Amino acid sequence: MPEIKQIDTIAEALREALREEMQRDPAVILLGEDIGEFGGAFQVTRGLIKEFGKERVRNTPISETAIIGTAIGAALTGMRPVAEIQYADFLTCCMDQIVNQAAKIRLMTGGQAKVPIVIRAQVGSATRGAQHGQSVEAWFMHTPGLKVAVPSTPYEAKGLLKMAIRDDNPVMFFEHKLLYGSRSPGGKLKGTEGAVTTVKPAPYEEYTIPFGKADVKKEGKDVTVVATLLMVHKALRVAERLEKEEGISVEVIDPCTLVPLDEETILNSVKKTGRLVVISEDCTRGGVGSEIAAIVAEKALDFLDAPIKRVGALNTPIPFAPNVEKHVIPSEERIFLAIKEVLSS
Amino acid sequence: MEKVKLLKIYRKMLEIRRFEEKLYSLFLTGIVPGTMHQYIGQEAIAVGVCENLRENDYITTTHRGHGHYLAKGAPLKELMAELFAKKTGCCRGMGGSMHIAKLSSGILGGGGIVGAGIPIACGAALSAKIRKKGQIVACFFGDGAVNTGAFHEGVNLAAVWKLPIIFVCENNLYAFSTPIKEAVAIENIAERARGYGIPGIAVNGNDVLEVYEIAYQAIKKAREGRGPTLIECKTYRYKGHARFDPGTYRPREEVEEWLRKDPLVLYQRKLIEMGIIDEKKSEEIEQEVRKSIEEAIKFAKASPEPDIKNSLEYVYA
Repeated sequence: MPEIKQIDTIAEALREALREEMQRDPAVILLGEDIGEFGGAFQVTRGLIKEFGKERVRNTPISETAIIGTAIGAALTGMRPVAEIQYADFLTCCMDQIVNQAAKIRLMTGGQAKVPIVIRAQVGSATRGAQHGQSVEAWFMHTPGLKVAVPSTPYEAKGLLKMAIRDDNPVMFFEHKLLYGSRSPGGKLKGTEGAVTTVKPAPYEEYTIPFGKADVKKEGKDVTVVATLLMVHKALRVAERLEKEEGISVEVIDPCTLVPLDEETILNSVKKTGRLVVISEDCTRGGVGSEIAAIVAEKALDFLDAPIKRVGALNTPIPFAPNVEKHVIPSEERIFLAIKEVLSS
Repeated sequence: MEKVKLLKIYRKMLEIRRFEEKLYSLFLTGIVPGTMHQYIGQEAIAVGVCENLRENDYITTTHRGHGHYLAKGAPLKELMAELFAKKTGCCRGMGGSMHIAKLSSGILGGGGIVGAGIPIACGAALSAKIRKKGQIVACFFGDGAVNTGAFHEGVNLAAVWKLPIIFVCENNLYAFSTPIKEAVAIENIAERARGYGIPGIAVNGNDVLEVYEIAYQAIKKAREGRGPTLIECKTYRYKGHARFDPGTYRPREEVEEWLRKDPLVLYQRKLIEMGIIDEKKSEEIEQEVRKSIEEAIKFAKASPEPDIKNSLEYVYA
């Protein structure tokens, strides 16, 4: 059998998704800072300007409000823009356009308008300090009218991005900067402890992944772990260790999209294991884990044999000093201890 | 300009004036919920600009959007029903006075966030440019919007990308209660255009034919792919900022001076001088307009409220 070539980095999987969708639908255009000749700060759009031209791959000034506003106006009039916000921290600069405009326009127009835009931004902490490393997914989970996607592998990155582009609603598409697996222009391979980027490669063939369908990354029977983005990889490594060292069977669920959220898969797993740990990189207070924990507490309390445990970043802006940053972000050690704690009660 | 067009402009201005007056009294009776920002005094701008637009051209409006909606030719009774919060409203009762939209008439929407419509208008212009349908966008905003970042980012991007758009600033001299002199250090907002590398023109926003003429030139330029223009229309709002605001921060002499420059009265006088209209014709139009408004009120009153069973219907497409 001939070997089928597969995509084993998220950056390339995203690029392939953009390429396929742009080939398929002339309404798809790209907007963002440094996405043209330079190919994007994380090289996701590399080469696309050559392939599709300046009219469709639009390099913008540093104007986040204009990027998102322009995407919205184009979407209202028949286009399907994909906007890149260079760092998710910069989303605050265009928060009005996302929260007051994109998310509300459908309701405010009584269903006349649809706003098919995708806003790509990367989250995750990686020694860049407070304003280039926050994980902000929860802000957008709290905003009705938006969908939120969080791919953790090349397979999901491609399938979810293609789906997001075809969705008639605004989609916040969060990528993790340590999972791209792409080389920076300086030649340094981006990657870190826990980043297993080849967990699930993406095929070149056509496919999409529906929103609201979680992926069980590893089946288990003793405890349910729900994790997103980089934390999926950390959870899998901890699960492997626990299984080997202590014979504990961990089920690892990747929700893939936070809005809509596949409650059913999570609840069914909790009903099976009776224990839940939620791991996400955003700060714990009011975070991704809080929402998932609340849903399980509301709908499956009777099945729980132990209190739910959230593992998130400490409630602080991301500090620069690498040793402090490492302490603030959920580590494999913290995840390990959390799972043990839940199992001991 | 031919007689039919001159009369159409008059009728449209009168329609906006009478609509807003009637609405004001309806609000006072408590039958219409919420708040409202009225367009009385600024009619020459919406009508002067929109009379140059094609049906498939786009506009973006503001929190003060009733006039733009009517000037672009969207159905009056649906606007009335929207303000009555009825299911038959242009936005199914979900938008309200501040968020008026009618996509099928090219009205992409207003909004309660000052300046936010400007980059959205740029997006529609980008889309028009890419789809090559010859459409243009008229982007309306007030003097308050020109100090937002959205104005700067939007106008700059439109200039850099030579988008088919005109920026229409309705300078009514007050952003809510703040006089323009406390908010802007230049004489004319139009001067800001130079900083973006596009033409800027200040016009008498109470002279509908002057607005029409300048908008005509700017729209022609935009349609030919020669980029945007900033048009500053000097005008005055007769009412306070919103329903609750009596506007007492404005000197009485100033208000009286502007009332003497009423765009509707000035235009009517001009039409009489030109022999286009007489008292009889004027009265005839007045009756037509009043009748359509009364019919709209009847329609709005008789319409059902939105169904609360479907309260989540419009969150996602």
